[in-house]
Amino acid sequence: MQLSTPHLLGIRDLQPGDIQLILDTATQFKEVLQRPIKKVPTLRDVTIVNLFYENSTRTRISFELAEKRLSADIINFTASGSSAAKGETLLDTVNNILSMKVDMVVMRHSASGAPHFLARHIPAAIVNAGDGINEHPTQALLDAFSIREKLGSLAGRKVAIIGDIMHSRVALSNIYLLKKMGAEVTVAGPPTLIPVHIREAFDVRVEYNLRKALEWCDVANVLRIQLERQNQPLFSSLREYSLAYGVNKRLLDSLSKEIVIMHPGPINRGVELDSDVADSKQSLILHQVENGVAVRMAVLYLLAGGQSSN
Amino acid sequence: MNEQQLDLTIQRLTHQLLENHLDLENTVLIGIQPRGVFFSNRVVALLKTQVDPAHIRYGKLDITFYRDDVRRGLHELNQTEIPFSIEGRNVVLIDDVLWTGRTIRAALDALLDFGRPAKVELCVLIDRRFTRQLPIQADYIGKPIDSMFTQKVKVYWKEKDGKDEVALL
Repeated sequence: MQLSTPHLLGIRDLQPGDIQLILDTATQFKEVLQRPIKKVPTLRDVTIVNLFYENSTRTRISFELAEKRLSADIINFTASGSSAAKGETLLDTVNNILSMKVDMVVMRHSASGAPHFLARHIPAAIVNAGDGINEHPTQALLDAFSIREKLGSLAGRKVAIIGDIMHSRVALSNIYLLKKMGAEVTVAGPPTLIPVHIREAFDVRVEYNLRKALEWCDVANVLRIQLERQNQPLFSSLREYSLAYGVNKRLLDSLSKEIVIMHPGPINRGVELDSDVADSKQSLILHQVENGVAVRMAVLYLLAGGQSSN
Repeated sequence: MNEQQLDLTIQRLTHQLLENHLDLENTVLIGIQPRGVFFSNRVVALLKTQVDPAHIRYGKLDITFYRDDVRRGLHELNQTEIPFSIEGRNVVLIDDVLWTGRTIRAALDALLDFGRPAKVELCVLIDRRFTRQLPIQADYIGKPIDSMFTQKVKVYWKEKDGKDEVALL
């Protein structure tokens, strides 16, 4: 019982068996989180550093909570207020931290490939908590866990990923994962936000019409419009985006079936998702956040286990 | 130990449990995953024929997250299911083989995270007396076996292995 990789850099490197193992392990951790004492001593001899070079609320809190629930010792590092601001390189920073005997690194960085670079140069296990526009593997895992919990399985399910596919690491990780687990994927959004060769590269459907995408799917994973990653305007205004691609109650009610709505957060309410949808019974958004802790516990447990402490 | 002996032993243990716990009103039974549960299932099935089944609180405990050897390798996870409070109750832990005592140590730690029991007892089918690594003793013992540390005791169950048997390998 072991993952085929010593790090979690991306879903791309995982085997379907790895994904299955992580999701099954997360089910057991979810039970732990329902107990009177929501904490187990499993990783009490493991030290983890959370290295966040980019802003984050959910992911950082979720990782921190997962680490604490596993009794690991943790160090939090955020780029602002550290020596990174004085010009220290990433590798120097991490090597300095590791010389204080740290076993695992959870990292988020705005440069794609930053965790892969670290994995080649340092001896600790690395968990990617989001790197640039590349991958956000734990988000895809918790999305998959939430779908599996709600619908029973992933194989054969139809998932529409809607919005800014171009700049979204959540979209990429989700596509890798869903395809590996036998689900069908459609990406939907304005042509300017969908990479040109995505259909051939990933064997996904492409849909520019929101209603058609929603009519097709069982699950709609609505992505955030990432204003901070857009150097040039790829649509004319937020209001126009919202009119063409915003998911609202009226649209969902007019569909022939009830679909499940997910969103990785943070929501731009009224842009990609309306409040009455985000807070409705169809929405899994808060379940996703809850499941995130269990899924991250599973990832940390599976990566830490089996490593001899010397 | 063959099927008939095994059956008689389980019957005796069940009676001993009843002797000390009467109608089981303030008692909970917890089988330890994975293989202790085959044994505890048998015990509980027998108890149900003796006392009001409504009094029987029966749970299953997986101790994997409480093991002391996580860094040496991972073990298969199993379900934990304790759908009642153990606060102030008499808990009987049930496992198939008591060997080093490390599993029971982990089980005690795990159990205390579910509340504060009034009393904890241990019921095992096989007690390997001379191989303990921790100071842990069972209260109900099916059969003590004197064996070397390097030997292996295997309990086979019909549900899983197709036969009821205890073997010293």
